[in-house]
Amino acid sequence: MNMTRPHPPLVPGRIRVDLQQVADLVPNGARVLDAGCGDGTLLAYLGTYKQVDGRGLELSMARVRAAVSQGLSVIQGNLENDLKDYPAGAFDYVILSQTLQATHRPRAVLEDMLRVGRRAIVSFPNFGHWRVRMSIMFGGRMPMTHTLADTWYDTPNIHLCTIKDFVDLCRSMGVKIEAGYALDGQGVPRRFSALAPQANLFGEQAIFVLSRVGV
Amino acid sequence: MSLEPPTAVRPQPPAPGPVLGPRLTLPQPLLLQSGVALPSVTIAYQTYGTLNEAASNCVLLCHALTGDQFVAGTHPVTGRPGWWDDLVGPGRMIDTNRFFVVCTNVLGGCMGSTGPKELNPDTGRPWGLTFPVITIRDMVQAQAKLMDHLGVKQVFCVAGGSMGAMQVLEWAHRFPERVFCALPIAGSYRHSAQNIAFHEVGRQAIMADPDWCHGAYLDEDKIPKRGLAVARMAAHITYLSETALHRKFGRRLQGREALTYGFDADFQVESYLRHQGLTFVDRFDANSYLYITRAMDYFDLAAENGGVLAKAFDKTPVRFCLISFSSDWLFPTSESRAIAHALNAVAANVSFVEIDSDKGHDAFLLDEPEFHQTAQGFIDGAAAIRGLPRRSV
Repeated sequence: MNMTRPHPPLVPGRIRVDLQQVADLVPNGARVLDAGCGDGTLLAYLGTYKQVDGRGLELSMARVRAAVSQGLSVIQGNLENDLKDYPAGAFDYVILSQTLQATHRPRAVLEDMLRVGRRAIVSFPNFGHWRVRMSIMFGGRMPMTHTLADTWYDTPNIHLCTIKDFVDLCRSMGVKIEAGYALDGQGVPRRFSALAPQANLFGEQAIFVLSRVGV
Repeated sequence: MSLEPPTAVRPQPPAPGPVLGPRLTLPQPLLLQSGVALPSVTIAYQTYGTLNEAASNCVLLCHALTGDQFVAGTHPVTGRPGWWDDLVGPGRMIDTNRFFVVCTNVLGGCMGSTGPKELNPDTGRPWGLTFPVITIRDMVQAQAKLMDHLGVKQVFCVAGGSMGAMQVLEWAHRFPERVFCALPIAGSYRHSAQNIAFHEVGRQAIMADPDWCHGAYLDEDKIPKRGLAVARMAAHITYLSETALHRKFGRRLQGREALTYGFDADFQVESYLRHQGLTFVDRFDANSYLYITRAMDYFDLAAENGGVLAKAFDKTPVRFCLISFSSDWLFPTSESRAIAHALNAVAANVSFVEIDSDKGHDAFLLDEPEFHQTAQGFIDGAAAIRGLPRRSV
């Protein structure tokens, strides 16, 4: 069968830098669920350049329409309810990009991701970054940075955490951290791992690759 | 109401040949879901475009309750455009330059396929109520026989709205290896209690018409026009939304300045419904209406699979795109969402989109650019994966 992809090829490097980091972690031909896929930018990229079998889940109906209109397989739904539908091990990778901190029950979401997928890729803004700490310590106000761009009363983020918090959660859940990357505000990787001692202070965001123990 | 009394004209069985298009008569009886073997089944159909050498570019369109095989072009009986004329043609969403489009008149219908108004070969008289009850599965089995006849092993895309969506789901369930992608629009995996209730109102209206003659009206040279018109009027309300009705008619009066204090059609909405009823009886058979509504009522893919809809699609290779409309209260979004959840449970390849529209259930037949854009994206995406040529822009 001709495996021509449905969407026009993107110019390499034209997706957001942080999405590019996530994309680089996905092997060719993987089965991928992008939970919170937006208009499908990452899925389209993965389809074109990594030949993945990609699916998306997105809350906003307008973004779902945009994604399906370019030939992607996306359903409208709420990841906190709808991840439960999928059978265990349905995907090689479940991706959650910059959304964990906006969920009501992040721990339950992580559990579902690692049930549905053999591996999970999670990215989030690091609340332990020095600018965040300075903002509260010296400014006395909730931080607003590249990765935390909304005012406290507008932000969708309700469960912000630091890299250390996240690592602690993974350990308490018995989740294996396969890799961790610290990124700057634009999503460019820093020279140190997210597990390095300085990451919690100097990484503005982090990406983790997780798996269930025993996989 | 001011419906015309029935005229005593013996209805002619539709002439085969050019008027109603090609027909296939099956060499073997069709074994129905009810267990009855229906002899000499004829399927009337239309095709548009050309089947490619690999027979991989067939799009099967499934019509709704009162639709027929004339999906595009001018309808030979009504003189009006086909039900998806906007979407089917050269360069359109379902591009006849790329696809071989097939649409059948469903089994039980009245536009040339075997149905209650056709002649029972054993008696030489119209079937009437001696016609066996048929189901959505039976309609699909008949379509599958036509596909065999046309040399199509796998249909590229099966698409349809409302009852058409039921046929699409039945195709994907029954013949997963014969469907590359499925596009059920404004549909459901089962007819709800409310929908069965509305159908029962329509059927009772037909059966309450003395001209129905216990179903033998063709033998009596009569047509239950009033009953069928009332059935159509009641059903038509369910195809619209309150908003659409209000926008279209409000409480405006029809051709008069003041209320008449009588039961003429004072309001535009009354006049409109009466017109809908009257024009319907000219093109539709009352007994067909009974049989086809029954087929919809009986449809329940979950019940057939132990009450678990997901089992109907276990390990399905079919790519699905479910589309619903926000103001459709006959086949509401929750029905499509339930199908999406069932397909997720078997990790099927599924898209699900609700289109914002205030036009109610009928939106799938109307000019809804977001719907067309979404469906186009799905079809083009699937066509590229199937290795079919791109749409010429």
